[in-house]
Amino acid sequence: MKRLVVVGNGMAGVACVEQILRHSPKFQITIFGDETHVNYNRILLSSVLAGEKADDDIVLNGLDWYQKTNIDLRLCVRIIGVDSKAQTVTGDDGSVTAFDKLLLATGSVPLIPSIEEVKKDGVFVFRNLDDTRALLERCRPGLKAVVIGGGLLGLEAARGLQVQGCEVTVVHLMEWLMERQLDATGGGYLAAKMNQMGITVLLGLSTTAILGNGKVEGVQFKGGGSIAADLVVIAAGIRPNVSLGHEAGLEVKRGIVVNDYMETSHPDIFAVGECVQHNGICYGLVAPLLEQGKVLAATITGNKGPKYQGSVPAAKLKIMGVDVFSAGEIGDRLDGSEVIRYEDPALGIYRRLNLKDGRLAGVILVGDTADSPRYMDWLRTGKDLLSLRRQLLFPSAVEDIGLDIAQVADRETVCGCMGVTKGAIIHAIHEKGVNTLAQLKECTRASTGCGSCTSLCQSLLKAVVPEFEEEVKNTICKCIPMAEDQLREILRSQRLKSVHEVLEIYGNGVGCEVCKPALSYMLDMLWCGQHHEDRSARFINDRVHANIQKDGTFSVVPRIRGGVTSAAELRRIADVAEKYRVPMVKITGSQRIDLLGVKKSDLPKIWADLGMPSGQAYTKGVRMVKTCVGTEFCRFGVQDSTGAGIEMERRFENLFTPHKVKMGAVGCPRNCAEATVKDIGLVGQEGSWQVVVGGAAGKKVRKADLLITVETSEQALEAASLFFQHYRESANYLERTYDFVERIGIEKVRKDTVYATDAVKKGLLERLRKSKDRSSDAWLERDNPRNTTQFIQIKPLEEVFV
Amino acid sequence: MKAPETWVRISRCRDIPLREGRAVKVGNREIAVFNLGDRFLAIENRCPHKGGPLADGIVSGTTVVCPLHASMLSLETGIGVHGPSASSCVETFRTRVEDGTVLVDLSQKRAGPEKAGDRELAGRCVPSRGVPATSEYPSAADV
Repeated sequence: MKRLVVVGNGMAGVACVEQILRHSPKFQITIFGDETHVNYNRILLSSVLAGEKADDDIVLNGLDWYQKTNIDLRLCVRIIGVDSKAQTVTGDDGSVTAFDKLLLATGSVPLIPSIEEVKKDGVFVFRNLDDTRALLERCRPGLKAVVIGGGLLGLEAARGLQVQGCEVTVVHLMEWLMERQLDATGGGYLAAKMNQMGITVLLGLSTTAILGNGKVEGVQFKGGGSIAADLVVIAAGIRPNVSLGHEAGLEVKRGIVVNDYMETSHPDIFAVGECVQHNGICYGLVAPLLEQGKVLAATITGNKGPKYQGSVPAAKLKIMGVDVFSAGEIGDRLDGSEVIRYEDPALGIYRRLNLKDGRLAGVILVGDTADSPRYMDWLRTGKDLLSLRRQLLFPSAVEDIGLDIAQVADRETVCGCMGVTKGAIIHAIHEKGVNTLAQLKECTRASTGCGSCTSLCQSLLKAVVPEFEEEVKNTICKCIPMAEDQLREILRSQRLKSVHEVLEIYGNGVGCEVCKPALSYMLDMLWCGQHHEDRSARFINDRVHANIQKDGTFSVVPRIRGGVTSAAELRRIADVAEKYRVPMVKITGSQRIDLLGVKKSDLPKIWADLGMPSGQAYTKGVRMVKTCVGTEFCRFGVQDSTGAGIEMERRFENLFTPHKVKMGAVGCPRNCAEATVKDIGLVGQEGSWQVVVGGAAGKKVRKADLLITVETSEQALEAASLFFQHYRESANYLERTYDFVERIGIEKVRKDTVYATDAVKKGLLERLRKSKDRSSDAWLERDNPRNTTQFIQIKPLEEVFV
Repeated sequence: MKAPETWVRISRCRDIPLREGRAVKVGNREIAVFNLGDRFLAIENRCPHKGGPLADGIVSGTTVVCPLHASMLSLETGIGVHGPSASSCVETFRTRVEDGTVLVDLSQKRAGPEKAGDRELAGRCVPSRGVPATSEYPSAADV
């Protein structure tokens, strides 16, 4: 068997090996990699830096793959010499390995501009997983970070550092950002968006020196200006790593020169990826490398035939909320080209097409990249656009969702990153029983790269899967048109902590009475106490912790846990009612007492006089636990429902929920406190508790579903806690438990809570505990108002006689 | 003929939090003053629908949403743009800021609706109290 040695364990090299394995004859393969990691998806490093993905999430081929394919993987070995006559390579560990065929996939190295004193503590490059880890270890909230380079990588690094809490400035040499992919206008839109996110962008600045004594203190620019910096990331571009090409005596220009068959000037040495130059072009993006790999695989295995004829350069910025896509030729001075543009400054949308001879030559999309697959297809196929002239910028709405898909040929690539064709996806659906996007990702790897083909994959699933059921995504409102679960994930991973920040970055910057309270809830649930609580985004009830009535007065419901009160409490309530001339005192349906018709300015005084905590009767939060007298007095009681109910109320009180949560606990199945029509109910039986969830007796009447039956009160409370926190984290805003349970299905709810793995259960309880620890009785704001006029009526500063 | 201006010093600016409103009784009327960050806007504090306290509403851009039944009214024109008050309007008042204090002009309406459609609507709808909306006064930079 012939020996194939591959230098480079990156995306291009390993993707090419994957293709080689499909051909015969077989090789005995050795792969050298100078990093300590198995093959991973380099384009997702920025997602690791931004905390969206963990190291493991970006692994493309695990160790088991190398074992399964009998590949000898040599990690941490850098090849430093190639003897093309003796056909051996030498590693920096002194090893000499012979080859029959050699594949160079050495990628590229960061370009370090000539900057004085660049070697300082705190200066980083951002190229591989180790760089990413080093950056993650170093960056801290509040640090000033300067990113040199406003290209794709620089901007993604900048956002990652910002998510980690750094104050980030991007310094770019050119007049606009991403100048290789965008025109000046597009660059302007991008800069505006980065600014909105809170990243400072400095353009047309040449960095001349890194300041500081041994450790970075600042960055100096040509002309003398400087800014302070605690850490500096250099992302000024890459250059092909061609040193081994020189060693081997190959023809090398900017990259190692290859022909259409991916052959170098030496018959047994091949090269692929960022280190090569084909037809004068070095590619730094993923899709071309994969196309090259396929051709090379055929050539190297003696199946020479397929030709590589260059790729359409395409780039997509992977920053959530900042959509940028560019492909083809985007220069202004294309001979004989026409330019078609569309701009909407308010929405931050910019589209520009370059047409040449009636065909698409280049495209820039900023702010909305949903149509990128269509343009990419036009570019690849050179489609004649004459008949589509009126729909170039905005396609006419397609009624037939299968049409787009039907227009794609089976051999065409759907996922450019992973090189998956439409035919391969259809094969997976029919032969491997793929039904969902998640399964498709696992089975074919489609849509696991940059993610830009996700919508296309979804359309394919929709068009092909026999019993496809679309996941119904609930969006909050038009201000921020995203599915709620996606939004929650963004808030979590992007560590967004204020409603206005969210609206600025992902929404229309304004917000309304629907989305503001929803976002307020999500932020509180995720960061409870550590977010920026913006009361202007809350409904009036949550600004003054009382329920507004039809005449503008408020109602006050103190917490009476489990409906159990005392003579002293009742006396205080009576005194308050008299002192403040409360127009109505009412026993509620929740075993509590409501004081109605209270003036806003009396609220803090009333709370103080009552000396009782807030009953949260005004908010989407924990209302009460209605109880019966259980074993304490009742002849029939078999469980201590008052004890368990009061304890449950104590554990959950003061927390917010997607909608109100009313609970009940009964000491026997006679159900006097109606626990089976509550959001969470504990139903006592001889020797056990039934924990029931999703009951309702409001606009809708619904008998609660049995979650689980347990022996002890503590177990019952734990089961209730699991459900409670799961509901808090996963329900849509304003979705009552009965809608939530019906939507998800009680079987699934059980799997996600009481039947979940210990780790999942522990996580739920831990997050609940954290939130609970940071929560407090809202009525204590009587002593520490949020602002000077939270409860006080403003009086004019001068007397008026009108 | 212009009525004489009667500017009243209402409140310290910092007593009205960003994107919130506060009610203030001035003589026999109740005015809702809103802090929009770059300026303050004042309207009658009474939703035309069921009299809800507009000062307690959530601000959405340059509109406020009544806390009772979610009528949305423009803070600039006083016109109901959405919800049960959609075909009614409230009085608006001119404001200005001096030495960290918000002043409201009680004598006259602030500039009326500017768009033709709005003007037509304003002609039809009558504020629950006070004079009908008019476009007699130019929309001055109030702050």
